[in-house]
Amino acid sequence: MTDVTATLEGRNAAPRQDNQDPDLFGQTPSQTVGPFFHYGLPWKGGADLVGKSDLGARPELFGEAHYVLNLSAPTGTPRGEAIELVGTVRDAEGAPVADAMIEIWQANAEGRYRSEDDARDDAAIDPHFVGFGRSSTSDEGAYRFRTIMPGRVPGPDGTLQAPHIAVSVFARGVLNRLATRVYFAGSEGLDTDAVLAQVPEERRGTLLARSEKEGVWTLDIALGGPDETVFFDL
Amino acid sequence: MSAPVSYRRGDAGMPRDLVPEYRSTVLRAPQQPRIEIPHTLTETTGPSGCWDRLMGKAAADLTAQHRGEPIGQRIVVSGRVLDEDGRPVPDTVMEIWQANAAGRYIHAKDSWDAPLDPNFTGAGRIVTDADGRYRFTTIRPGAYPWGNHKNAWRPAHIHLSLLGPAFATRLVTQMYFPDDPLIEIDPIANAIPMPYRQRMVSRFDIATTQPNRALGYLFDVVLKGREQTPFEEDGHD
Ligand SMILES: [Fe+2]
Repeated sequence: MTDVTATLEGRNAAPRQDNQDPDLFGQTPSQTVGPFFHYGLPWKGGADLVGKSDLGARPELFGEAHYVLNLSAPTGTPRGEAIELVGTVRDAEGAPVADAMIEIWQANAEGRYRSEDDARDDAAIDPHFVGFGRSSTSDEGAYRFRTIMPGRVPGPDGTLQAPHIAVSVFARGVLNRLATRVYFAGSEGLDTDAVLAQVPEERRGTLLARSEKEGVWTLDIALGGPDETVFFDL
Repeated sequence: MSAPVSYRRGDAGMPRDLVPEYRSTVLRAPQQPRIEIPHTLTETTGPSGCWDRLMGKAAADLTAQHRGEPIGQRIVVSGRVLDEDGRPVPDTVMEIWQANAAGRYIHAKDSWDAPLDPNFTGAGRIVTDADGRYRFTTIRPGAYPWGNHKNAWRPAHIHLSLLGPAFATRLVTQMYFPDDPLIEIDPIANAIPMPYRQRMVSRFDIATTQPNRALGYLFDVVLKGREQTPFEEDGHD
């Protein structure tokens, strides 16, 4: 009987194609974030890249005992102009998307990324600024970030890009994250920006945040419909 | 400064945006084609080395977050985060969330009447080691019904979220379990054509299984790789 045990030990179930099959090796496919991500992804303060507010999370969607994420712990005030970035996410019929999550990634006020892949020495890291944030949308589909107006970063062929924030949209019904950018109406470099240049002129407005109140920039995100936001193939 | 090295685009296993069988995509999938843009520093960078500060300490044991042990089959999920060329992706964060053993989420909008487990939240996060390895302990999630169509059930799955090294490598996916008959009738898994769908199916592994403790599953996550290998520095510039 011990012989039988010995032969069974260390043997796996019948092989079939799966994640471990070398013939299938390649990019793990993307799947939707679904509607129930709120207790796993957006943390309190995740949408506040400047101060100490709770912006970004929706703890009312689950019990406080189930909040296992971080409390954002800012180390100080980042340099640069503090701004708010706000907007509403809507579907192809204009209905607010109440279960979306918006992620941002941006350079600091000097145009430097907090990343080991930004090795430039002509722009400094800001010890108090990471540049990554998350905001859940509200029941009205609204997102809101507090951040810093980003500086300009290099683009292709020695050009400088216009100030911008990279954005990812996740939601139930979105199988592959939607990548886009926020630019700022009236800022320098919009005419020569190499990424904006890829966008047909009549659709560029979907990427331009506008400011009607000092320091508050608004950009709505339309997943479809006549004013559909431009999304990028990355 | 040298130009940033681009990442590769999505491969044949990438889902279409509009999958009418998955009803939520109908009003949420973009109708215009995505526009290809050059990869600049924005796309080739991502936050690194500051996970604790951003998201807090690692939480790799989802069975140890409350006073008691959760109900259900205890499992260990282990694997590596790699790029398309098989290189490990070290020091990258993986976030995890899932339903409990009965298939119920601790979310106010999950209105299914399967029982909640006071000892299970179902959220965790881990950072890969120098070889790109990760490991977490949890309970096997149950399947759950959803309103997509008549008698629709999601196969058991664990939601995974990875940032990888760059904005371009961002990935949110779901890990499935071997021999789950619900996978082939699930519109979300079926958004991925065969055979690529099988990349999302973990493998039961007796070597990962912990005696008298937990069943083991292997799952590697493969992120986009670089367009070309950066030149090795020879120290003579
Ligand atoms: Fe789910």
